[in-house]
Amino acid sequence: MILLELFDQLEQTFLGTVIRDSAWLFPVIESIHLLGLAILGGSILILDLRLLNILLTSIPINSINQNCRLWFRIGISVMIFTGIPLFISESIKCYYNPFFWIKMITLTTALIFTFTVRAKVIKNSDTYKNPIKVRATGVFSMLCWFTVAASGRWIGFY
Amino acid sequence: MNEWLLLICLRIEKSSGSIALHESLYLYSLIETAHVLAICLFVGTLFMVDFRLLGWSFTTIPPQEICKKVLPFSIIGFVIMLVTGALLFYAIPVRTYQSIFFRIKMALLIIAGINALIFHLNARKLSYNFDISRLTKVAAITSLLSWSGVIIAGRMIAYNWFDCDKPDLNKTFYWLAGCNDLT
Repeated sequence: MILLELFDQLEQTFLGTVIRDSAWLFPVIESIHLLGLAILGGSILILDLRLLNILLTSIPINSINQNCRLWFRIGISVMIFTGIPLFISESIKCYYNPFFWIKMITLTTALIFTFTVRAKVIKNSDTYKNPIKVRATGVFSMLCWFTVAASGRWIGFY
Repeated sequence: MNEWLLLICLRIEKSSGSIALHESLYLYSLIETAHVLAICLFVGTLFMVDFRLLGWSFTTIPPQEICKKVLPFSIIGFVIMLVTGALLFYAIPVRTYQSIFFRIKMALLIIAGINALIFHLNARKLSYNFDISRLTKVAAITSLLSWSGVIIAGRMIAYNWFDCDKPDLNKTFYWLAGCNDLT
């Protein structure tokens, strides 16, 4: 219940109140959230499809990673900086929304996976003799981020 | 023209398929989810190509190579967008047709389409060397801006600020939305 109290206080903050009381702030932030989705999703897909060995196969995985990294960082930053205000404006609603929690759990999983297992697999990809491991990493990464995005959309449907 | 299109939308709205989709418990939401997620595959990969053309990333890879390998995935994404988008329109035809944001989205879609067409007609000049003409860069910027606009306008269709049934709707908006006594 301490979490519910925290969420309640977040909703009462200046930021939460301003967004809730405005007719257009939520839609505008939401639109930027979607543009962030395009950049984030694009950067993840390009690298994961490369891990699956079906895209840009002639280019080393590490090279693709170096090029996607900036866009991943820009994308995830846009998502977090727009996602937090959206959440703060309706945190109590989110508290009782199962899709919000699914999104938070899969997001945490996806982030940890990206910065640990996936990063390590990418780093050692040139020396790997077992492509199954590399491909499985790509599949798991896509599944994780897919669930994050899909459950994010369903917060609004619930 | 407006009246003719509106009559078509009214007829679609009365069809059993449209009603079924509109009133379905999950199907409409699932199609909308697919429509949103396909943004990653379509716009996401397309933006990466645009970033390459602008020299912002993948600079060690020839632009031709990126276009040839990545754009097929963008096209798959676009087909998903088109099919799911058509279904969403089919479920709510009249309100969507009379939505200012839908109209802005369609206008931007035409701009983005013409831009893509011009780019492809010039694409042969895009060689395996690393020179990118100013015209190509303009095409990439136009692509980034127009598709971003499509996403934003698309999201705004959900909001009813300028709907025809708003009693205090401004005359300009009434005209822009093609509001008509038929509805």
